[in-house]
Amino acid sequence: MTIAKNESRRTRRGWSDLVLAPYSFWSALFIVVPLAFVAYYAFTDNNFQFTTENITRFFTTVNERDGVTTYTYLLIFWRSLKLALISTVICLLLGYPTAYIMANAGDRAQKIMLTLIMIPMWMNFLIRTYAWMTILQDKGILNGFLTSLGLEKIHIIGTESAVIIGMVYDYLPYMVLPIYSVMAKMDVKLLEAARDLGCGSFSVFKRVIFPLSLPGVTNGITMVLIPSISTFYISQKLGSGKFFLIGDAIEGQYVANNLHFAAAMAFILMVVLLIFMELLKCFTAHLYGGGQK
Amino acid sequence: MEKIIELKHISKSFDGEKVLDNINLDIYDNEFLTLLGPSGCGKTTTLRMIGGFVQPDEGDVIFMGEKINNVPPHKRNVNTVFQKYALFPHLNVFENVAFPLRERKVPKAEINEKVNEMLQLVKLPQLATRRINELSGGQQQRVAIARALIAHPKVLLLDEPLGALDLKLRKDMQQELKKIQKATGITFIFVTHDQEEALTMSDTVVVMSEGRIQQIGSPTDVYNEPKNAFVADFIGESNILDGVFLEDRLVRFSGQTFKCVDTGFASGEKVDVVVRPEDVDIVPQEKGQLKGVVTSVTFMGVHYEVIVDIGGFKWMIQTTDFVNTGETIGLSIDPDAIHIMKKSEYSGLYGDYSSFSNELDQLDAPMEQKPEAEE
Repeated sequence: MTIAKNESRRTRRGWSDLVLAPYSFWSALFIVVPLAFVAYYAFTDNNFQFTTENITRFFTTVNERDGVTTYTYLLIFWRSLKLALISTVICLLLGYPTAYIMANAGDRAQKIMLTLIMIPMWMNFLIRTYAWMTILQDKGILNGFLTSLGLEKIHIIGTESAVIIGMVYDYLPYMVLPIYSVMAKMDVKLLEAARDLGCGSFSVFKRVIFPLSLPGVTNGITMVLIPSISTFYISQKLGSGKFFLIGDAIEGQYVANNLHFAAAMAFILMVVLLIFMELLKCFTAHLYGGGQK
Repeated sequence: MEKIIELKHISKSFDGEKVLDNINLDIYDNEFLTLLGPSGCGKTTTLRMIGGFVQPDEGDVIFMGEKINNVPPHKRNVNTVFQKYALFPHLNVFENVAFPLRERKVPKAEINEKVNEMLQLVKLPQLATRRINELSGGQQQRVAIARALIAHPKVLLLDEPLGALDLKLRKDMQQELKKIQKATGITFIFVTHDQEEALTMSDTVVVMSEGRIQQIGSPTDVYNEPKNAFVADFIGESNILDGVFLEDRLVRFSGQTFKCVDTGFASGEKVDVVVRPEDVDIVPQEKGQLKGVVTSVTFMGVHYEVIVDIGGFKWMIQTTDFVNTGETIGLSIDPDAIHIMKKSEYSGLYGDYSSFSNELDQLDAPMEQKPEAEE
């Protein structure tokens, strides 16, 4: 009897391995292998000899202009990080209330809002970016609107603000959706329990809704920060090419056929993001765990 | 005893469907009161109304002399143990129990002391740092009780709290809840569809059906003196027969005249007669007041459940004597085993065991587990 049981468990295990096989193969082929290639290229020269030169080049290349020395790539990296963080924070500030309102709306309203948020995602993001160009140009729609109201024109295209607007617009849905999905699934009984135990509305939010929504927030931050830190197209179009970001740098090196240096930059970016994600995870785990142990 | 909660002429409808119909109920300090009834009878809605989650359409909820119809839940001196416990998954056991105290900004040292005391009371002191999802159902239950009691509410509401536990654990928890209630002196309002649970735990049982209160009384009252056929049937097993009240202490049913102990009905009044299955004695047929043919015998452990056909009406009898299916037996009923009730809308709906089967009962049982329709 026992033997038969073990036997069947083993076969079941065998089955699940078999069922998982295509997925494992797929992951290996399209995730692990490319990453290995990136690392391999990052640490080799044009003759595929081991070298750390690509990495050091990133940290040491300097630019001297008007007697001022700046670290070229570190500066680019810092700028990318700054714009990405600002965009992520704005996405969070806009996205969290949106998700909250959506999750608390009626069924019909929820569906409509969800569709409205998804529709822009159906359009190609190049087109979306071009649309923002026409809106933000000096003679664009926004300034036309301001003029018609008798207000002064503003110059926004080619500034960091324009780049941030573009990133927020493109990535906002990726912040809203994970937070919304966590909030929509939240057990109403928990909120009732909190009220029952003495919490007013704000307190229910602070002590129950917010901590329970943190996993969604973490996902949202991840899904906005990663694409916005490595974006290149938005900065080229809305920044009028004045804001060279790390994505632009990688693209430039790649186009110039400097595959090894491009790989090195991609590798460094990846490591930094991994560290960042790990910190975020620890932080939310701490918050989620809630106060005194 | 002091009245702590009064429900006065309360009615409530959801989507045009009346779930509570003119409920009047006084709840006294330090009492263990059970709202008992089948799914959809309005017991949970009544509880939620006391908790502040449902407002009455008509009538008043009075708490210690004050009308609290529109007082929100967090301002009521009442706490709830929810059906599926509703423990906070992001907090550990200690923090779940400390939750209401932190809201009241109680000093840390005092919180520590009180939480530990409370965990001691529910016998979980060693689990303070556990996460909620690492607890068994019974342990979660205890945490929920500790959390609801720690702020010393005047009234504790319990919404079918034992429904998810297995039978053995449920029996233990029944005893323990009773002990906790005695120890704390807090009024407990307990909702259940399990009549046995209601009888063993309560000081007062409120039997509800279709949004109305059918009877309020002590467990022995509602069992021995059910007010109508619904109560008689819902609480325990009953043979309910059509009868005619002849005069004080004399009633006629099943074609025979019986001595009874009831008085106060009009002579010639049509009545419902209740005879509990355990109160019927099996005797040789020539000595019986009634006689009938045994149609089925089921062994129940302590006793046999015997179905007897008497003139087309099937009686249930619980006996320790063995009889054979097909045998003709005599039945004898003592006067104090006969209980007479006024006719009601429930007359004729219950109390005949012709379609009775244990198997069907078991098939029905999971249906009762379904949580009551909410709001």
